[in-house]
Amino acid sequence: MAESMKKRLNMCEGLAFVLVWGTAALVTATFCWLLGDLVWHGLSHVSWTFLTAPPENAGRRGGIGPILVSTALILGVCLAVALPIGIGTAVLLAEFTSDHSLFGRVTRRSLDVLAGVPSIVFGLFGNAFFCKTLGLGFSILSGGLTLACMVLPILIRSTEEGFRAVPTSYRLSAAALGLSRTTTLIHLVLPAAVPGLLVGLVLGVGRAIAETAALIFTSGYVDRMPESLLDSGRALSIHIFDLSMNVSGGDANAYASALVLVVLLLVINSTVSRLTAYGLQRKIMTV
Amino acid sequence: MTSSRSNTLFLWPTDRLLLWLLRGLAAIAGLIVVLIVAFLIVEALPALHHVGVLRFFTDPSWHPAEGFYNLTPMLWGTLFAMAGSVLIATPLGILSAVFCRYYAPLPLARPYRRLIELLAGIPSVVYGFWGLVVLVPLIGELHPPGPSLLAGILILTIMILPTIALMADASLANVPQQYIRGAAALGLPRWATIRGVVLPAAKSGLFTGVILETGRAIGETMAILMVCGNVVQTPSGIFDPIRTLTANIALEMAYALGDHRAALFVSGLVLMAMIVTLVVSAEWISRGRIYG
Amino acid sequence: MRPVAPITELHPQYPLEEQPACRESQPFMEIDRLSLHYGEKPAFQDVTLAIAKGCITALVGPSGCGKTSFLTCLNRLTDLITGCRVSGQITIEALEVLAPHTDVIRLRRRIGMIFQKPNPFPLTIRRNLEFPLREHGIRDRTQLAQMIETALREVGLWDEVKDRLDSPALALSGGQQQRLCIARALVLSPEMLLMDEPCSALDPLSSGVVEDLIVRLRGRYTILIVTHNLAQARRIADDVAFFWIHHGAGRLIEAGTVTQIFEEPRDPLTAAYVGGMRG
Repeated sequence: MAESMKKRLNMCEGLAFVLVWGTAALVTATFCWLLGDLVWHGLSHVSWTFLTAPPENAGRRGGIGPILVSTALILGVCLAVALPIGIGTAVLLAEFTSDHSLFGRVTRRSLDVLAGVPSIVFGLFGNAFFCKTLGLGFSILSGGLTLACMVLPILIRSTEEGFRAVPTSYRLSAAALGLSRTTTLIHLVLPAAVPGLLVGLVLGVGRAIAETAALIFTSGYVDRMPESLLDSGRALSIHIFDLSMNVSGGDANAYASALVLVVLLLVINSTVSRLTAYGLQRKIMTV
Repeated sequence: MTSSRSNTLFLWPTDRLLLWLLRGLAAIAGLIVVLIVAFLIVEALPALHHVGVLRFFTDPSWHPAEGFYNLTPMLWGTLFAMAGSVLIATPLGILSAVFCRYYAPLPLARPYRRLIELLAGIPSVVYGFWGLVVLVPLIGELHPPGPSLLAGILILTIMILPTIALMADASLANVPQQYIRGAAALGLPRWATIRGVVLPAAKSGLFTGVILETGRAIGETMAILMVCGNVVQTPSGIFDPIRTLTANIALEMAYALGDHRAALFVSGLVLMAMIVTLVVSAEWISRGRIYG
Repeated sequence: MRPVAPITELHPQYPLEEQPACRESQPFMEIDRLSLHYGEKPAFQDVTLAIAKGCITALVGPSGCGKTSFLTCLNRLTDLITGCRVSGQITIEALEVLAPHTDVIRLRRRIGMIFQKPNPFPLTIRRNLEFPLREHGIRDRTQLAQMIETALREVGLWDEVKDRLDSPALALSGGQQQRLCIARALVLSPEMLLMDEPCSALDPLSSGVVEDLIVRLRGRYTILIVTHNLAQARRIADDVAFFWIHHGAGRLIEAGTVTQIFEEPRDPLTAAYVGGMRG
């Protein structure tokens, strides 16, 4: 009897082994397929001219120059608004608010909901509030502001984690030395919290740069070079969407644009994770 | 003690000033959700007024031009796509986290985790594009027309898998090491330990992960819009094309006016209600675990 | 604004043998019916105690009797802990410590604190001392350098670290870190030092060095030290206050000079505690 139980146990273990490794192989294969497909079809179209030239014939030919500029501007507006609000809120939640205070609880709860709001709903809201009510129209400003609302929760969450990871002993010993909380915050806690802040920044940028649905009705479709923040500008992700859905024969350029977008995301991601690993340790020690 | 007056005295107002500044910023952050709900309601009011809540479910069809506003086919579309992808992605995601923590040799675990993180970062429009040019033709060969519920489920699965995999990974990492050592000391083999000790201990984290991925599946727009065919109908099989609530908004918002536009905001409200329910239940689950 | 006097002027270096006697008749701090609650739960209740100026007062008693909480009340570090309530009175000369309008920052300059676990900031050795000084308004470079050297000499760390002032403080050994923390408190020329088991996280050798240092500080600073080590209390303290848990809250059972507490304790609890530890 012990033998048969042992056998069954062994069979279970074997089956689980196959399942677990199989899943990993499946996931890896899918990833390679996706990335390989993008590189295979996209790489031959990507060139310096492609990156700088304006699109022609609804994007079938030409490049993505103005589109990259619009994307950067939208991202800039988004970060310029989201960073101060996000860091301020994170500092308040982590340093000045007890977990049980009403203000903290309500703010945190509403941020939890905000994090779950579908991007298309952000698009609806941005269209109604920024474009219509505030009269900004379809513009880079509207798009950037909408994205700012969207990345706030993720920015706040990881920045707050960063602040909470700073040992309490810093705060206690600083207070015991008669340092004000502002000083403690700026000179001791903030530098130590920078890794969390950077992680939040990367996640936010990643989410913003990847976003499409929230931008369709806020920053618009126009693929000309934007002249001001009040001009409509087409983001890279919208360009991919438009080429593949609405423009027949746009696949080649859509592949190239998708490759550019993915590479952009990978570069941002790995640059900052390296920054976090090496640069900060030194900075904190020597400043 | 010398009565030295240093600049410390002047820091007190600074502290207070800082606090008020931070409170202002946090108030903005906290109010965004309220603003969103308020605007959705205000914009949806005309439709709720002229059409009424009931007709969104009882009208014969969705033909806004003719004044028919039945949302149920889209609701079913959203629910089927969500259910299908969550059912597939959850076991795959958890197994993938288990691989990372307990099966993969060390030099493999780190790149694998990095790969999952990268997958999580790929934009939905890229997934949608890939689905459109690779997956849809494949399904089309298997069973025409190709753009279908199945394509939507598969693409959604790939998209939400990293979410659950990363959450599961984090909650497996939080399982106390002594549980695992205890099981090992009893001579339990690897999978028995994972099934009997690790997964139950990580249960609440896994639940939260499932809820998060469900939210993502409901809210996803672009990818699903690109691969699902967007025919307004209640699907009768996985090869039928469908249209989800989110895709409907994205497709029609550009030209919708009057009650039609308001009806789209109503569907936005419906999405919002689903998300709030999910968030509240997620908090309820984690709270239940902490105190229970 | 007058610059802060460098500590050399305030505290001339005394050789070990010629410490000024602690002036017992002159209390530095008077604590009257002090209680502290975390939420509904009391940490300690109704503590009335006078701390003699220039003396070392040791707080002894079992774990959890509120000794550390008691210390944190004295420099109002309790302000940082949410949900805790302090009642009673603490006076230093004419200053009401617990009054809401009291300038907490000045108060904390007058009362330095040393924690159980050495907690230098994650900065260089020099910046650890320079940063608080700068924040308290001292900008002059030569003056800063001089004050830092004096403080480091006073804790006997100067010769060990003078060649690597710009290396990270966290690279120092535990004992060195603790002495750096003491230097960091001394550099602000406080009148009183609160020490929360400053030796308990250190190895016996470093512990001895820190203990010698504390003895050297007697007379120039009023020192209140929490310790679990009765032998240490007996070695270094002038006065001893004995805490005990009574109905779930810490209480001061008996306070007196070190000889009185150890040789002729009045309370049977004290006698048992002191005796038990000795025998």
